Amino acid sequence: MTRGTLTRAGLWAWVAGVLLFLFVPIITIVLFAFDRSKVETWPIRGWTTHWFSVAFHDPQVRSAFILSIKAATVATIVALLLGSLAAFGVHRARFFGRDSISLLLILPLALPGIITGVALNSAFQYAGIPLSFWTIVIGHATFCIVVVYNNVIARLRRTSGTLLEASADLGASGLQTLRFVTLPMIATALVSGALLAFALSFDEVIVTTFTAGAQNTLPIWIFGAIRLGQQLPEVNAVVTIVLVLMFIPIMIAARLTGSENVARMAEPSRKT
Amino acid sequence: MGRRVSPVSAALVRRAWLRTTLLLSPPLAWFLVIYLASLVIMLITSLWSVNSFTQTIDHTLTTQNFHQITTGAYPRIIARTVLLAALVTVTDAVLAFPFAYVMARVATRRTQRLLLVAVLLPLWASYLAKVYAWISILEKGGTLNWTFSKIGLPAPNLGFTNAAMWIAFTYIWLPYMIVPIYGALERIPSSLLEASADLGGSGRTTMGRVVLPLALPGLVAGSIFTFSLTLGDYVTPLLVGGANSTLIGNAIYENLLTGGNLPLAAALSTVPIVIMVVYLVVAKRLGAFDAL
Repeated sequence: MTRGTLTRAGLWAWVAGVLLFLFVPIITIVLFAFDRSKVETWPIRGWTTHWFSVAFHDPQVRSAFILSIKAATVATIVALLLGSLAAFGVHRARFFGRDSISLLLILPLALPGIITGVALNSAFQYAGIPLSFWTIVIGHATFCIVVVYNNVIARLRRTSGTLLEASADLGASGLQTLRFVTLPMIATALVSGALLAFALSFDEVIVTTFTAGAQNTLPIWIFGAIRLGQQLPEVNAVVTIVLVLMFIPIMIAARLTGSENVARMAEPSRKT
Repeated sequence: MGRRVSPVSAALVRRAWLRTTLLLSPPLAWFLVIYLASLVIMLITSLWSVNSFTQTIDHTLTTQNFHQITTGAYPRIIARTVLLAALVTVTDAVLAFPFAYVMARVATRRTQRLLLVAVLLPLWASYLAKVYAWISILEKGGTLNWTFSKIGLPAPNLGFTNAAMWIAFTYIWLPYMIVPIYGALERIPSSLLEASADLGGSGRTTMGRVVLPLALPGLVAGSIFTFSLTLGDYVTPLLVGGANSTLIGNAIYENLLTGGNLPLAAALSTVPIVIMVVYLVVAKRLGAFDAL
């Protein structure tokens, strides 16, 4: 064997090792959700779907799930509006302070989430605003805006402005151009941004702890249940349901705008 | 000819700045009024204190919180957090680089796409599911101890230790490191590697003097993520850590939610901000952003 093939074999072995590291935990958690035993022990001795039915009929899990869906829906709508406005504003304009604006939008993702949480909590306490559904939404929308913004501005940069000029030259009004040219151009980016924002909000726990007060979103319920450790088999089932539910919007988003783009959402410091 | 253009859209077309202002006002208002104002209020709160008799916030300015976080258990907690964040970042960089290299420069187009999805899924998988998985793996009756006993090795019993925290953090943030390094490696033109080889550079020389320097911006971008996310986390230490696993995030969490001391929590929150600002400035000095 030459050194080249040896290096290659080594590299592929590394890739296999990392893939194992990435997927073994996820597979483990899904397998344990079907474990018949009340106390987790590997290897699993008996199989059951009982815990899914327990989770499904648990009123606490149900109401937490509904709160999470509601909060994620409203946060996504706010993020869609503000994120795409910001993308349109920053995209075509060349003005002083443009870079500061993109930095400001990215800040909630670049700084640790706990900072956003404590900052909002301080502000709510100072202003005498009681924690409610709306304080959860405010926290979530603040970091969801960036996701929509990144998706839309990436699309705008790839589409040419000459289409808009052509539309105007052919006599279309601003609204007509928006309806028949711009929106179709960015539609998939909007849908993908909305799906990712929804997933991000649905799964968020670090910020939410400080903006939810006594309310339970699904992640807060899971966090509390793991800490108490009294209903762990049910937690396994709930966590598996969350994994599957998040998998769907992510795969649709990847289909719509490419896996590369969905992966890139992890780069807050990306120059915009 | 003769199509009536509404005066509003005519004004918007003529005055680009007006359009930009209208577009940017709502999102900027949100960020200024909600996000930046909250940050400012948090910074001011860090200079207040809690009256020990009434349990209400005393608005007299004082630096006592900052004195407090430089004494007692806090310096050790801060040092532990920074050390762990650095350790997690280095581990992730080591694990991610060869993987990203294969993705970007070795794999065929098809394999590249598959690997990208393979990173994407754990990246976007539920955070709590990923943390919880490590309890199941590392605890006494978990899969790791079982695997070790099958090979005939003594049980590592890593559950609820600092090592467990290190492994869990490394796992959760790994995709955030792979993606930017992959991006940087993919942008290197093949002609540069050919030129290096043509000029007599060995594989090792090309790797050390062409590939690594060009991948550095991606590595730094990833490290900002792994570092920053570890600095502010309190969920992972609470769930997989042990008795000596208190991080800055836990100190903030406890002071605010169970201790009722918002000013002290706010003062502690300035620590990750300062560390991240220093980190970003150093990264910039090193020229890490030039190629991004």
